Amino acid sequence: MTPLNRQQIAWRVGQDFENGMLVNLGLGMPVNCSDYIREGREVVIQSENGVIGAGPLASANAADSDLVDAGSRKITIAPGGTVIDSAWSFAMIRGGHIDVTVLGAFEVAANGDLANWDNRIPDKGPLVGGAMDLAAAAKEVWVMMDHTTRKGAPRLLRTCTLPLTAPSCVTRIYTDLAVIFRDAAGFLVKEIIAGLSREELQARTGAPLRFAGDCGVLAAPEIAEKD
Amino acid sequence: MAIDKRVGSAAEAVADIGEGAVVMISGFGGAGFANSLVLALRDRKVGGLTLVVNSATHPLSQTHTLIEAGLVRKVICSAARGRGTALSAFEQLHKDGKIELVCLPQGTFAESIRAGGAGIPAYYTPAGYGTDLGAGKEVRQFNGRGYVLEEAITADVAFVRGDVADRFGNLTFRHAQKNFGPAMATAAKLTIAEVRVAQSEPITPDRIELPGVFVNRVVTA
Repeated sequence: MTPLNRQQIAWRVGQDFENGMLVNLGLGMPVNCSDYIREGREVVIQSENGVIGAGPLASANAADSDLVDAGSRKITIAPGGTVIDSAWSFAMIRGGHIDVTVLGAFEVAANGDLANWDNRIPDKGPLVGGAMDLAAAAKEVWVMMDHTTRKGAPRLLRTCTLPLTAPSCVTRIYTDLAVIFRDAAGFLVKEIIAGLSREELQARTGAPLRFAGDCGVLAAPEIAEKD
Repeated sequence: MAIDKRVGSAAEAVADIGEGAVVMISGFGGAGFANSLVLALRDRKVGGLTLVVNSATHPLSQTHTLIEAGLVRKVICSAARGRGTALSAFEQLHKDGKIELVCLPQGTFAESIRAGGAGIPAYYTPAGYGTDLGAGKEVRQFNGRGYVLEEAITADVAFVRGDVADRFGNLTFRHAQKNFGPAMATAAKLTIAEVRVAQSEPITPDRIELPGVFVNRVVTA
């Protein structure tokens, strides 16, 4: 089996953006998803600092420190885009206008609880940003993350051990091993990588998995990992 | 007498900010940091400040210089994490109990400021419900969902960064410079804008993004 790298997970998430969706991408891995929107689809990328219609990263000579995304990356504005102020941006977020937010996570529980803001590093300051607003109010919360920790411990759990970002909010999880929907009954596996058995996936998961009747193979094109 | 809110320097613009002031500082991710005003305030060496700033530790903001200078008593923010594993000045002072911290979800941070400028003393938000940041706060169910009661934030002074100002204090912003500026300008008793251009000629009405009625002083920086 070959787990997906992070760019491939971003590619897989990007395939599921529908035409006309308003999508917010979180810091870290999720911002890469905008590179993989399907040909012929237009998706409006919202950045919490108020950019509506965030475009690709700016080239070196076009980079402008007044035009950044939520990750402080210098970006461009896509055709049709604009910028609003933060209070309005979060009114958009809390008001339920975001179709999908894609967030990274430390842990997701079978009831949809999300833990992605506080990994309890002693004495380090907090870093919540817009995560709680997004998790609480986007129509759908998609998580992308490695299926297990670097030490191999599951991140998909019965109950989160880390402080919650929002209760019962996650609707999908895209990992390096599987695509999993989360519903009232818990985790439902929709796709699994080739060469990994259902039992092996379950062994890497801290809560019961169900497998969809049409459970397919999770595959992505070759894409080099970026730093 | 004609209205003219332009002042000669950042030092002059902050000259009457006193000990213990509550100071809002706009800026996000390198866009719209009012750094000249922050540095001018640092040079005044007035202490006991409360900062209302989205990030207390962003490397492109000069906010950390106020903290490093020991002038800050309390920070209200959504982010205060320094880079790497070493403790930032903020983190060390907080660990030592010398600086108070209020961490809010960013949307709550923004909305509390907006509410502060809009005469709304408190409001319910879904953000933070069922989390550590909602713990201890009043909660209420509406239509089967839980919400947290959050209170408005106001300030003595707000620092905002704009692009062009006119003598009336009307402002335009470039791109993502806007961020917290418009809300902060409404929520502070005194709003000071630093801008690229401060012109005498009025800005075209339809181009104004923050009306000058919310801006008291303008300085070019």
